[in-house]
Amino acid sequence: MIFEFLLYSVQEGLLFGILALGVFLTFRCLDFPDLTVDGSYPLGAAVFAFMAYRGVGPVAGMGAAFLAGAMAGFFTGFLHTFSRIPALLSGILTMICLYSINLRIMGRPNISLSENLGHRTVFTILRDFFPQIPEVYLRLAFLLGLVLVVKVLLDLFLRTEIGLAVRATGDNEALVEAQGINPDHTKLVGISLSNALVALSGALFAQFQGFVDINMGIGMVIAGLASVIVGEVLLRGRFIFWITFQVIVGSVVYRMATAIALNWGYVIGFQPYDLKLFTGLLVIIILSFPVVRERLRLKKVR
Amino acid sequence: MLRLERVSKCFFPNTPDERRAVRELSLLVRPGEFVTIVGSNGAGKTTLLNLVSGQYFPDRGKIFINGQEITYLPAYKRAQFLGRVFQNTFQGTAASLTIEENLAIAFRKGQKKGLKIAIREPMREVFKEKLSLLGLGLERRLRDRVGLLSGGQRQALALLMATLGNPKILLLDEHTANLDPKTAQKIMKLTDELIRDSELSALMVTHNLQEALSFGDRTLMMDEGDIVLDLSGQERKNVTIEELLERFSEVRHKKFAEDRALLSS
Ligand SMILES: Nc1ncnc2c1ncn2[C@@H]1O[C@H](COP(=O)(O)OP(=O)(O)O)[C@@H](O)[C@H]1O
Ligand SMILES: [Mg+2]
Repeated sequence: MIFEFLLYSVQEGLLFGILALGVFLTFRCLDFPDLTVDGSYPLGAAVFAFMAYRGVGPVAGMGAAFLAGAMAGFFTGFLHTFSRIPALLSGILTMICLYSINLRIMGRPNISLSENLGHRTVFTILRDFFPQIPEVYLRLAFLLGLVLVVKVLLDLFLRTEIGLAVRATGDNEALVEAQGINPDHTKLVGISLSNALVALSGALFAQFQGFVDINMGIGMVIAGLASVIVGEVLLRGRFIFWITFQVIVGSVVYRMATAIALNWGYVIGFQPYDLKLFTGLLVIIILSFPVVRERLRLKKVR
Repeated sequence: MLRLERVSKCFFPNTPDERRAVRELSLLVRPGEFVTIVGSNGAGKTTLLNLVSGQYFPDRGKIFINGQEITYLPAYKRAQFLGRVFQNTFQGTAASLTIEENLAIAFRKGQKKGLKIAIREPMREVFKEKLSLLGLGLERRLRDRVGLLSGGQRQALALLMATLGNPKILLLDEHTANLDPKTAQKIMKLTDELIRDSELSALMVTHNLQEALSFGDRTLMMDEGDIVLDLSGQERKNVTIEELLERFSEVRHKKFAEDRALLSS
């Protein structure tokens, strides 16, 4: 029972690892706190469901979700670079616009994806392909493979000329400009790619859960950020290869922690709706930790 | 060649905070000419460099590089003509990237960026060769992050990055001011070599009058947004620091006298 439950949270962690990589790209590489995520995540799920209901296969559906996410990110980037709207506000504006757009795409606040309705998902395809392997291992292997492929591709991207320029933009925008690169362009590329990954994660979750809900995006950006910083606390990698790896580890550990809180938290009166509070406090504690430690140190010195 | 024609830049115009940072300034810098610039705080030296690099656009006047007008060209588009190093040793490099990643950004300056892997082995050889010229042993630390370097090492790297893309003009804004005297001297020597070897034009702002006179071919003194003294050739060779200071207070006095005359008339 505990084992199964751990397996489930590992799957979730891997699935949301892709979202966390997207959050890492904006928050850490670009130094752009992008709140579009709360809208682009359900967007990916909604677009996937839209396609599934029209008989489009899951791979094409995930591709469509990826592109839709990129467009959402591009819009945020456009607001920021063209209209010079501050980063946080640009993301919030896109997020709020997406709420209505997602409803339009879905047609109603929640829809289910099920085999009874003739919807295929990557998971049903895999199961039909390898009927002898237990489904939970199949899912685990697939999600692990997929998140690692995404990680390796992202690593490669960050080592390309454009990827390097994206990272440099987050570090020193004036330098990038002085070296003849338009920082507006690198921001657009980074934010688009980030939200494409987030939407892909949403499309995967729709298949994993078998339904799409208009409110599924609430708090996802903080959940992604929690994964990123949990990974940082645990591993402290210095090179891209390890840093993206630690993001995924952070995501798995964070999902396990929330699963534990959900399953055994009832002892202290923890309810499912307390989960967002749990995540918020987790991020607050980790972010405050260095400052609090420094204050305590200064107090001792005095 | 750099040419400025009656360039003006005013911050917060028509408000009580109005700052006329550069006023009707004209200047011609010939190819390969190394110009040092001195002047008191707030004279407009940094603003002048910012106008050349495109950080700000002038309110009036025109700026040309090699005969091409660049007055309103966005900073990133004119970057191919320019290299720049600042006083703040963190400004000229990306601290979270490695030495080789920083150099890679500068290496392909002005060329379109694509999805090719940014750093390849042959490039590393070039980087090592260039870094060894600095004499700081950085050629053995290609994969160290720049944030780990000392201020002097960062500034040397920034200089190298600024000149790597074969710019026409090098802009230096008190780039040795935050370094200890010995390191400053080293960086200054390096700067001189880089400028001479690549036959660059250079504008170097410094508050060290000795440095201003001993390096370069020409010295400008700025005050209240304009050039008040322009020394070159024999005249510059013969001038001493004391005379320069005297000339400076003369200029200020004259202005002061003029102001008074204006007010009392
Ligand atoms: N970005 C800016 N905004 C407002 N005022 C500025 C700005 N940059 C420079 N100034 C003003 O312009 C004047 C010239 O400044 P600056 O060019 O930095 O002088 P310097 O480099 O010779 O010390 C000063 O009065 C300064 O306060
Ligand atoms: Mg200055």
